[in-house]
Amino acid sequence: MDFIIPLLILAIPLGMFLLLGLAGMKMSHKLAGVLGTLGMGTVLVLSYFTAFTYFFSGNPEFISEAGVRLQSVIFNQEWLAFTPNLVISLGFLLDPISAMMLIVIPTISFMVHLYSLGYMHGEKGFQRYYAFLSLFSFSMLGLVVATNIFQMYIFWELVGASSYLLIGFFYTLPSAVSASKKAFIVTRFADLGFLIGILILSYYTQTFDFITLTSDPGAAFASTAGATFMGGSVLTWAMVLIFTGGMGKSAMMPLHIWLPDAMEGPTPVSALIHAATMVVAGVYLVARMFPVYLAVPFSLDFVLVVGAITALYAAIVACTQIDIKRVLAFSTISQIAFMMVSLGAARPEFHECLGYMASMFHLFTHAMFKALLFLGAGALIHAVHSNNYTQMGGLHKYMPITNITFLIGCLAIAGIPPFAGFWSKDEILVAVYSYSTFWGVWMTLVAGLTAFYMFRVYFLVFWWNEPEYHHRPHDSEWTMSVPLIILACVSVVAGLIPFGKFVTWQGHEYIIHMNWVVAGISIVVAVIGIIIAGVLYLRENDRPKCMADSCRWLWTAAHHRFYWDEIYLFITHKIIFNGICRPIAWFDRRIIDGTMDGFAIVTNKASYAIRNLQSGRVQNYVLVYLIGALLLAVITAWCLA
Amino acid sequence: MDITLIYYLVPAIIMFCCGVYGFITRRNMIAMLISLELMLNAVDINFVVFNRYLYPEATEGMFFTLFAIAIAAAETAIAIAIIINVFRAVKNVDARDIDKMKN
Repeated sequence: MDFIIPLLILAIPLGMFLLLGLAGMKMSHKLAGVLGTLGMGTVLVLSYFTAFTYFFSGNPEFISEAGVRLQSVIFNQEWLAFTPNLVISLGFLLDPISAMMLIVIPTISFMVHLYSLGYMHGEKGFQRYYAFLSLFSFSMLGLVVATNIFQMYIFWELVGASSYLLIGFFYTLPSAVSASKKAFIVTRFADLGFLIGILILSYYTQTFDFITLTSDPGAAFASTAGATFMGGSVLTWAMVLIFTGGMGKSAMMPLHIWLPDAMEGPTPVSALIHAATMVVAGVYLVARMFPVYLAVPFSLDFVLVVGAITALYAAIVACTQIDIKRVLAFSTISQIAFMMVSLGAARPEFHECLGYMASMFHLFTHAMFKALLFLGAGALIHAVHSNNYTQMGGLHKYMPITNITFLIGCLAIAGIPPFAGFWSKDEILVAVYSYSTFWGVWMTLVAGLTAFYMFRVYFLVFWWNEPEYHHRPHDSEWTMSVPLIILACVSVVAGLIPFGKFVTWQGHEYIIHMNWVVAGISIVVAVIGIIIAGVLYLRENDRPKCMADSCRWLWTAAHHRFYWDEIYLFITHKIIFNGICRPIAWFDRRIIDGTMDGFAIVTNKASYAIRNLQSGRVQNYVLVYLIGALLLAVITAWCLA
Repeated sequence: MDITLIYYLVPAIIMFCCGVYGFITRRNMIAMLISLELMLNAVDINFVVFNRYLYPEATEGMFFTLFAIAIAAAETAIAIAIIINVFRAVKNVDARDIDKMKN
């Protein structure tokens, strides 16, 4: 395949960022928005073309004669050559998962660009907003097509930076500023682990290249044999540390605390970055390195356990939040954890790594329906001017389009056939059940909770009791409605894509057999969740309040997200600040600064003490001079004698 | 009675001490200038006397004294000029009142 089109996919968003960033202030809002959207539209067409070529052209570059999809490097430009061994390249890798991401990212990004034309209308810094969106699209596309782990790391940090910029977009709000700082600092801690992991891995394997690393992990790691550190092999440490980076980006416990606060950003940004694309980078990272993880079973178990605990935690917390964006944020955490669990449960002996394919499938469908839900939430917030469901209710009468699209999103995430979420979640459950029944039951429970909390929000917002509206809420203009409708259509049909034909572990096609036992269980659980939500929240009644009162401590704890933020505050403020920072600050201020200040103070005081000698009277000076000369003479004479 | 070195040195040292005393205690700047001349002349006497008694064949001490007298004259002229200018500025020649450079 020619390298021009893949290069353009990266160059257009970057160029648009520079154009809008540098010349945006000279443009009108409309021109900047339309330019950004058109740029993204071009990228959309080009990446569809690239992905289509990859999947369907039958080119021997992309698919072997036996029907195995290959990893194909379109171009790989040497960028920094430190030593012959240490070379960092920038390139474009096409394989099933990167081609799939080439569909997901531009689709969601284009929808968000279009939607923002309406949602952000008249905001101060509109051009800056579009510049940052372009920067984000560039970084995310660069991340998924990375040919080596260092390129991935570079773009990984770039998406982090653009996420920081967009969360803090309303920089006059203190809450937005602190949320963006929180996101940046938490992910930076995680990325420290990622960087150390990369360094360990590449030190032992002598390569950054994904294809070299993943095609034959056994050979690449021959040199690590016997190298251990604190009871684990070096390779285990490297993979767990690399996964730490993924935990930070994908908001796995205990590094999840930044994602709910990141909802301070504009809602379309939440849809694009904090629901559909950037936060799945951690899943993508594990999938990209999957053969290496397979070589270290402990690290995959670690992924599984972290994912499972996070999924349950986030689902419980989502049931008690008042802010609809927070509910969606916790739902995102929970769904990403689903993908992680699925990867953790994937083993070649169980249906040839079904979990790998299921996780990528869920990534795809989740991106669509979660972006839909967020954009729907944006339309609600736009209409009601509040994030809290207490200010909403009975909206099905006023906002039919939003109502139907939001309902489709909820059905999709709850896992009701034939909507998208059902198919992918079912594959995940099959994969987890075949690995371990315990975790299978666990994840089924979480799936039920998912249905419950999504329909809780749906009923509370669109049914329940109608509050007093200052002005009549109504559906949004076409730039906001069209993306909702398109994404709703995708969410209906995406599950019917024969995903096993396109994205599998080793590129083999395989037919998905429905496991109707697991599917039946998951449907029943989802329906039960929806029915409970309906009983509690369809019409205004006292039951939810009674339930909350009956186990008040649990409700309060979940409402406060099980006090994770307070724990972090306690650790940082009380232990780290008091135990480490204050002594260091004291040492700096008293000992280091104190020494220097001491010199200055002594000199100062001494000069004040002797300044009166400068009387300005010539005769005094002469007297002092005379006494000095006499003393000198006496001392000299005494010494000589 | 032999006139020895000490007969010259004692008046010279008395002259010098008077000059120092006058320089430190007199308030009038003209008087201070005169005291200064006294010290210079005491030193000149020393030069001549040491030359005459210790190294009779040499003449450097004599010449040095002549130079010192000439330079003292020039210096006195400058000092008088300064004193006149100070007087024009502050209408006063009392050294104790001219203390603008204190502290």
